Amino acid sequence: MPSRFNLIEEDRQQKGGEKRSETAGRWQHDSMQKMLTIISNVLRGSASRHAASMVASSRSYADFTPEATFDIKKVDLHRLEEGPPLTATLTREEGLKYYRTMQTIRRMELKADQLYKQKIIRGFCHLYDGQEACAVGIEGGITLSDHLITAYRAHGYTLTRGGTVREIMAELTGRRGGIAKGKGGSMHMYTKNFYGGNGIVGAQVPLGAGVALACKYLGNDQLCVSLYGDGAANQGQIFETYNMSSLWKLPIIFICENNQYGMGTSVERSSASTEYYKRGDYIPGLRVDGMDVLCVREATKFAADHCRSGKGPILMELQTYRYHGHSMSDPGVSYRTREEIQEVRSKSDPISMLKDRMLSNNMASIEELKEIDIAVRKEIEDAAQFATTDPEPPLDDLCSHIFANDQPFEVRGATPWTKLTSTS
Amino acid sequence: MRPMRVPFGPPEWRIGGVRFRAVAQPAVIGSRIGRRTIGPASSGTSRSSLTEDRSKMASIRCFLRSGKSAVSVVLRREFSKTSPAAVQVNVRDALNQAMDEELERDEKVFLLGEEVAQYDGAYKVSRGLWKKYGDKRIIDTPITEMGFAGIAVGAAFAGLRPICEFMTWNFSMQAIDQVINSAAKTYYMSAGAQPVPIVFRGPNGSSAGVAAQHSQCFAAWYGHCPGLKVVSPWNSEDARGLLKAAIRDNNPVVFLENELMYGVPFDLSEEVMHKDFVLPIGKAKVERQGTHITLVSHSRCVGFCLDAAAVLAKEGVECEHMDVVTLAVVNLRTIRPLDVETIEASVMKTGHLVTVEGGWPQYGVGAEICARIMEGPAFNYLDAPAVRVTGVDIPMPYAKILEDHSVPQIKDIIFTVKKVLNM
Repeated sequence: MPSRFNLIEEDRQQKGGEKRSETAGRWQHDSMQKMLTIISNVLRGSASRHAASMVASSRSYADFTPEATFDIKKVDLHRLEEGPPLTATLTREEGLKYYRTMQTIRRMELKADQLYKQKIIRGFCHLYDGQEACAVGIEGGITLSDHLITAYRAHGYTLTRGGTVREIMAELTGRRGGIAKGKGGSMHMYTKNFYGGNGIVGAQVPLGAGVALACKYLGNDQLCVSLYGDGAANQGQIFETYNMSSLWKLPIIFICENNQYGMGTSVERSSASTEYYKRGDYIPGLRVDGMDVLCVREATKFAADHCRSGKGPILMELQTYRYHGHSMSDPGVSYRTREEIQEVRSKSDPISMLKDRMLSNNMASIEELKEIDIAVRKEIEDAAQFATTDPEPPLDDLCSHIFANDQPFEVRGATPWTKLTSTS
Repeated sequence: MRPMRVPFGPPEWRIGGVRFRAVAQPAVIGSRIGRRTIGPASSGTSRSSLTEDRSKMASIRCFLRSGKSAVSVVLRREFSKTSPAAVQVNVRDALNQAMDEELERDEKVFLLGEEVAQYDGAYKVSRGLWKKYGDKRIIDTPITEMGFAGIAVGAAFAGLRPICEFMTWNFSMQAIDQVINSAAKTYYMSAGAQPVPIVFRGPNGSSAGVAAQHSQCFAAWYGHCPGLKVVSPWNSEDARGLLKAAIRDNNPVVFLENELMYGVPFDLSEEVMHKDFVLPIGKAKVERQGTHITLVSHSRCVGFCLDAAAVLAKEGVECEHMDVVTLAVVNLRTIRPLDVETIEASVMKTGHLVTVEGGWPQYGVGAEICARIMEGPAFNYLDAPAVRVTGVDIPMPYAKILEDHSVPQIKDIIFTVKKVLNM
């Protein structure tokens, strides 16, 4: 079966070696670095993790490259003269931050998988592993005062939008310490300027346009990122939203996370046109490698500039992949092969890609990244511990939060004699 | 028969919103039918008094058939003496003024919907608003309900206070997912993190000659869902006070207007015309006191109930020996939350209940009221089963004669009242 990722595949082969920038004013140790680069390149050919111990452990952080510029894949354009730049500059701090966040999402989702199989998490659980570069890259291109809304595969975004792993996991296990106090579950998590977590496919897109309308109305120079999947991309209400957003020039970035499958239906079987970045018709579009966090970030920055300059909406298609099935009820192998999943994991994994880049450009050491891995693992373990031991919400909470800012009122229980109280 | 004073003064009734009052007081009034005792009454007592009354009624009917009428009633138009009537305002203008004042009061309030701006509103409810407030605050949308309802809810998420107009509530079915799943449930799902201060409004229920797809009543559908407030005004005071309350409410409110009421004028006092006049959502109003039977209704049917009450009072007044039947008429004003206490208090006085609505009977507003009465303290005061007067259980036909017979008419209400009271 041919790789679904032909576009990404070709480009990774063509990319060749990354270019290192010599930024004026930044100090560097030429010879030391060249030697280390040679060593690390050799080591990468074999199992690089074991080689870590061979590299001198007494290196200080002052030896690392503070910043490097990478070639990134060219973006396909629709109704645009120019696209995002073909190179992206990554600082060491950014790199470590992106690495840590993506690793956190990865580990958190895998822990959720575990807890679901132990029946500690119930109901729906849609996991995001494989798609981390999208959430992290998008956040890298906007700020926390911008707005974002997505569908039900939302745990990663809840994290990048300011939620903590503890709160997210406790929400999945339905405990009072959950980000929605156990009332929402996997699909209904909210933080500041993050409007969920929405269960109805496609409904979040007009909601996002409404948020964008508010941004324009209030004149606050903010924008809204409105995400949906390849499965949702055929929803009528999305086209209604394209129309109104364009008419009214709303500051909205439509993002289609195309992970090739809408539940069990591949894109070829669901869509007459699989060029999702063109589906906005009169809306300019970009098709972006969604497995490369830098690609996503640069495209998001480009899109954000477009919106903020008052040009109206723009559409981004992120080509990405999910390792898990649609949800925990779906093994994910009845409509695609294990080989395909393996191929993407080995060739296009977003975390590995970033790691390779940083290591080969001496922006971090293997030990350092390993330390981050350990710290992340611990954070997840602590969160899982909290999520499994925190008590469930109190029964008093059953009827609360029906109305905002209201006096407490009576709610009918299961029988006419069961009188419950609702508080705001 | 013991002569009894007519309670609460000479009979009054309203036709088309204007009060009429009988000037000549009848000299002799027959005994009251179904006289209630307040307090725990055994059903045995009430049953025997009903049998007694039935035989009295038979003799009255014989008398009536002779065609004699004891008193000729002089009708004179009178303004209400309870509060100074400042102006006459029809429902459309009441809604318009309410929106105007709220738009002025809070700059986060805005209106969107089809034809609300440059067309002045499909039913002219938003007349003049676009001219005054401009494109930013009065927004014409394309004919895409699901999209613009979602946009309205999203704007509410982000802190604005939208008024989303559906040209009629029939079209809300295209957007019902946004009303229920995105608006109504969000505050709960987010455990109080995300309020949704939005008003959805538009004409509901039957109109005139618009046929099946444009005549459905949605009170029961939306009234079913927790997280929504559902309001159904009848007159101008209701429209004004409830719309202002709805716009100021921080929760999703479904505001069900009635197209046939838009042009009907009512007197509004100075107090009602004040710019901060609001009516509480969730409180019913007793429009007319009565002691024999309680009619509970909402929207346009409230007017029919009052007309029926007036007709029955007139009948009683004209026929010297006929018992005067006084109807208590409760105007629900709010469908959800339902003010069951006001209904119960009235039923406990009268012992009889009839609900009147324009919507279909099955799983409707009347059905809910009857169920609640059964489950509550008022059941013990019922002297007859509570019954419902509703629209006919069919899609609305077009031909006028058929349409007229698809909705409850005054004669249906009177017929039902007499049946329930065994008259």
